[in-house]
Amino acid sequence: MRFQGSDNYISTDDLTLAVNAAVTLQRPLLIKGEPGTGKTMLAEEVAKALGLPLYEWHIKSTTKAQQGLYEYDAVSRLRDSQLGDPRVHDINNYIVKGTLWQAFNADEPVVLLIDEVDKADIEFPNDLLRELDRMEFYVYETRELVKAKHRPIVFITSNNEKELPDAFLRRCFFHYIRFPDKETMEKIVDVHFPGIKKHLLREALEVFFEVREVPGLKKKPSTSELLDWLKLLLADDIPPEALRSKDKKTIIPPLHGALLKNEQDVHLFERLIFMSRHNR
Amino acid sequence: MLIDFFLKLRQAKVPVTTKEYLMLVEGMQKGVVGSSIDDFYYFSRTCLVKDEANFDKFDRAFGEYFKGVEAIMGVEADIPLEWLRKQAELNLSPEEKAKIEAMGGWEKLMETLKKRLEEQKGRHQGGSKWIGTGGTSPYGAYGYNPEGIRIGQDGSRNRSAVKVWDQREYQNLDDQVELGTRNIKIALRRLRRFARDGAPEELDLDNTIASTARKAGMLDILMRPERHNKVKVLLFFDIGGSMDDHIKLCEEMFSAAKTEFKHMEYFYFHNCLYDYVWKDNRRRHSERTPTTDIMHKYGHDYKLIFVGDATMSPYEILQPGGSIEYANEEAGAVWLRRMLDVYPKAIWLNPEPEQLWPYRQSIAVIREIMEARMYPITIEGLERAMRYLSK
Repeated sequence: MRFQGSDNYISTDDLTLAVNAAVTLQRPLLIKGEPGTGKTMLAEEVAKALGLPLYEWHIKSTTKAQQGLYEYDAVSRLRDSQLGDPRVHDINNYIVKGTLWQAFNADEPVVLLIDEVDKADIEFPNDLLRELDRMEFYVYETRELVKAKHRPIVFITSNNEKELPDAFLRRCFFHYIRFPDKETMEKIVDVHFPGIKKHLLREALEVFFEVREVPGLKKKPSTSELLDWLKLLLADDIPPEALRSKDKKTIIPPLHGALLKNEQDVHLFERLIFMSRHNR
Repeated sequence: MLIDFFLKLRQAKVPVTTKEYLMLVEGMQKGVVGSSIDDFYYFSRTCLVKDEANFDKFDRAFGEYFKGVEAIMGVEADIPLEWLRKQAELNLSPEEKAKIEAMGGWEKLMETLKKRLEEQKGRHQGGSKWIGTGGTSPYGAYGYNPEGIRIGQDGSRNRSAVKVWDQREYQNLDDQVELGTRNIKIALRRLRRFARDGAPEELDLDNTIASTARKAGMLDILMRPERHNKVKVLLFFDIGGSMDDHIKLCEEMFSAAKTEFKHMEYFYFHNCLYDYVWKDNRRRHSERTPTTDIMHKYGHDYKLIFVGDATMSPYEILQPGGSIEYANEEAGAVWLRRMLDVYPKAIWLNPEPEQLWPYRQSIAVIREIMEARMYPITIEGLERAMRYLSK
């Protein structure tokens, strides 16, 4: 099994290598990078490219490691016991399987995505050490050991909001998705909007990277914002010339709201434009 | 295999462990990477470095260790002669080609190369005969001999690994560098200390269910107190004078701290702490808070953080009457020590870069008073500071 990027995902050499290393050595791959650089997309695309089912586990600040394994539904059991349901005698009926269990149980290798692992409590990754290392866990209620039939290909994404414990990191491969350069960006756009006019694209990319260069922006626009913006530009059928017009009134790029998501950023941007206009 | 490389990384302070090293070897064994050094670079980085802040250190160590090895990688494999010729021709200027002719022509050059390849067993660097790097032999890469043949160095590819690590593009991610409010917040978050205390007024759902189920359906409601960040912080900011250079950093620091800590009190001082501080810089002459009041009002469990560049005349710290603003009865050092007695968990954050500290006498004096608990305001410095405070 080798991953080579896909029809709608451009993978750089180093990323491809990291993915293939993780697949070959059956170790989890931890992906970090700026928001909007396609961390979550990667797992989806790898699953699609390798033809494997994808199990997703999205982490929230309240997620506990246990929930990924299984949960014991005491409330239903209690209700059933009050109603005299015969199911109540078997505790297995009340064990709800979590995403990890489902992935371990699958009859073929699967891709498992643990999304935004840094959102959870600080102890969360530590609670998954054995599960990710040995790919097994123990169900106390039924006294059974659940072991993965095939080691799943695990992708873990992080936005760097919390530092992950060393013991956890040691068990993973790590890849930092760098912000794409202009060439890669062109390829990415090409994959998403095959019909886009070369001229428009070049102008748009130029404006985009210029906006990213503006000092002091709270949130720099990233790939996903660029794609949204291009979608709008195409929908409005804006001519390429409008992007780079020297006309002083329209010097602010059209539909810039798609690129800048923060009110302060928009203000800052407009102010800078205003200042540069005065200097001319 | 590669043990020296591993040790080199540890020497360069890249936190690598044996487990990761074994993972690297396993990967090499399973053939994750071919003989291309690009791939090896990417793979070893994926294996060994788990934080993008360390990429730069890794790149430098990698570059140092593998300086010139890229030539060897090609030599180890069989070199297709045709390819070499093409490669060399690409790299040579017409004059150089003429010189090759002078040496006996291309064929002879290749013949000698083959002979040398047979003679040579190991890796070589420098010198004037063997194939390797940095030498004057006509064979190898980076040589000075105009007749040199570049072996295994792919000049046309612009994404060659040498470039990748020589570019050191991850430099600005090193955690010695300062990076905005959000990162400060994340650093300060280390100081979180969640605790449940106070009146039990939140329904403890999980335990209620467990307890009810255990009692076979007798409803047993359990309550618990809410979870708070219990940490309490006293912040003292040096303001004015030489601190004007650091105003942006301090603002960021301040706004981050303000949102991060619920129990936070802040005060200003100028240069050194004396018998009073103030909360509002516009009214600092009318609304002062005596330092003793602070010591009486806020308990020992407050963490004390000074933010200041500690750059002043040493007299301002050590001499009574040394303040540049008024005649203080007791020296600043006395006040600082008094504060440290009340608040055992105390640190000093200094916006000046750490390398500068040894050259300023007053910084040394304050550092001594603080018992070396002075940290630079960088992400890495803040983390060290918070780690100390949260111990």
